[in-house]
Amino acid sequence: MGMTMTEKILARASGARKVSPGDIVVVEVATAVFIDNTFFPTYWHEILKLADPEKIVVVFDHRAPASDRASAAAHVVGREFVKRFGIKRFHDVGRDVGISHVVVADRAYALPGTVLVCADSHTCSGGAFNCAARGVGAPDMIYAATTGKAWFRVGETMRYDFTGRLAGGVTTKDVFLHIANVFGDHANQNVEFGGPGLTRLSINARRTIATMGAEISADFAIFEADDLLLDYVRGRNPAPFEPQYPDADAAYKDRRTIALGSIEPLVALPDAVLNNSVPVGKVAGEKIDQAFIGSCANGTLDDLAIAARILNGRRVADGVRLIVTPGSQEVYREAVRAGYVQILVDAGAVVTNATCGACGGGHLGVLGPGETCITASTRNFKGRMGDPSARIYMGSPATVAASAIAGVITHPGEFTTEALV
Amino acid sequence: MSGDVIRGRVWTFGDNINTDLMLPGDVHMGTEAEQARAVFAANRPGWVDEMRQGDFIVGGRNYGTGSSRPAARSLRNIGIACLIADSINSLFFRNCVNFGLLALECPGVSAAFEEGEIAEVSLVDFTVRNTARGTILKAQAVPENLLALMRGGGIYPVLEREGLIAPVKAKPVQAAPRH
Repeated sequence: MGMTMTEKILARASGARKVSPGDIVVVEVATAVFIDNTFFPTYWHEILKLADPEKIVVVFDHRAPASDRASAAAHVVGREFVKRFGIKRFHDVGRDVGISHVVVADRAYALPGTVLVCADSHTCSGGAFNCAARGVGAPDMIYAATTGKAWFRVGETMRYDFTGRLAGGVTTKDVFLHIANVFGDHANQNVEFGGPGLTRLSINARRTIATMGAEISADFAIFEADDLLLDYVRGRNPAPFEPQYPDADAAYKDRRTIALGSIEPLVALPDAVLNNSVPVGKVAGEKIDQAFIGSCANGTLDDLAIAARILNGRRVADGVRLIVTPGSQEVYREAVRAGYVQILVDAGAVVTNATCGACGGGHLGVLGPGETCITASTRNFKGRMGDPSARIYMGSPATVAASAIAGVITHPGEFTTEALV
Repeated sequence: MSGDVIRGRVWTFGDNINTDLMLPGDVHMGTEAEQARAVFAANRPGWVDEMRQGDFIVGGRNYGTGSSRPAARSLRNIGIACLIADSINSLFFRNCVNFGLLALECPGVSAAFEEGEIAEVSLVDFTVRNTARGTILKAQAVPENLLALMRGGGIYPVLEREGLIAPVKAKPVQAAPRH
């Protein structure tokens, strides 16, 4: 029996000829991404030796620029760590900062066929690059940095094949919500994506799905490498790599086909992502206080383009706050050049600096008691974005932009029927 | 090894219990003591005052879904002696190993216990017994090296011994107030 992509990458990184579900493997970590959270006094342990400083990336993202004294102190510790070990790939507040997973994409740090770890659950985002990337805990990061290794329990793999293409007004956020709604959690499983529909999906569109892999509790969320992907990586990172393709006789837990053309705009209802979505029409008319577009899942240039297309020449409704947070300063600069930022701020959006921001309820758009938000970000758990009594609906950037204009949850088809991806 | 069979009073929680509930964002950057006080503040306010050191949590599917934050450390700090769930999110499971919280996956356990019943866990044959009903469930065996970390205070003491990280300065870890 052959291996899935995940199994092949883990086998290669652990020096094994074959790995199978149930195995515990110890792998060489190619890239270890440290975020500002890991440097908070409550999480940090002073590292005395590094296995290889070249394999380390440091990005300040959750609270950047520092939002309070605690995060400012964490950034000081992070900068000292960078200086002490001469780490070159450092993304401090400034030109190159952004959400770690977005910076990883901008720079193609997640190399196909390799292993990447970071102490943030949405690290599976790097799976869009055929990379075995996953979120680990802060202790795992310190272990990986000091020993160069990480351990994983190999899970079974669920394969998804995409066919056809998305209808107008629909994005890959809706594709993800469909998968989460119909199939629920994939705890202790890997998910892999491919199929003939893949060529119709941009790298950014794939990243939304890979990032949201954390929300179905997948271990790894790995896409097949195609020419679009390989060209993207080669254009941004000169390092050599070897993508891994699934064996023809790979053993899957199951194989499912997703007809992209059958997906409609969906919204996850407050408090949970799994098995909790409805077609937008079911909740249309629900009054909102805040609308948010951002995060590692929906802070891409494509997401900002979708928002700009819908908001062009229109206004955010009175009494609604639309907050747009680009995923990285690079995305921000591109959005300025493309004119998206002008459109968004003219419409009444507040466009913030690149950071995790409101997604985690840390800063730049925290919700108050009893408020209702519709968000294009990663999760809508109770209390996630602020007060526990706030209600958080989650949808695509198109649905959020449409809702911001109307002041109530609104189907994006009210404003556009064009293809968005 | 002593303590291979442990008993505890059970608190039941449902499916997909997430890390934001166990370690809310507003204390994400706070001290361990602040984090310990806030466990389940949104969904079960006051629970940290009701539970006692040595109690168990019994959860449903996909326990610990969500973020990388060290929610397992908070459960350890308030005195949870064992977490048993139908299934445990793999990122949360890593944090259980690394922060030294005993955690077992045991399919069917959520249906086998009412809150307040006593669970008896054997770490020799990985069984979970409901002492009132006499029912015995089989949990998934935890590999020896991971079990040793769970029971031995997690990964940091190991990294310290190997000279890879600086010794931890004594931090005031205050568990929740007791009755």
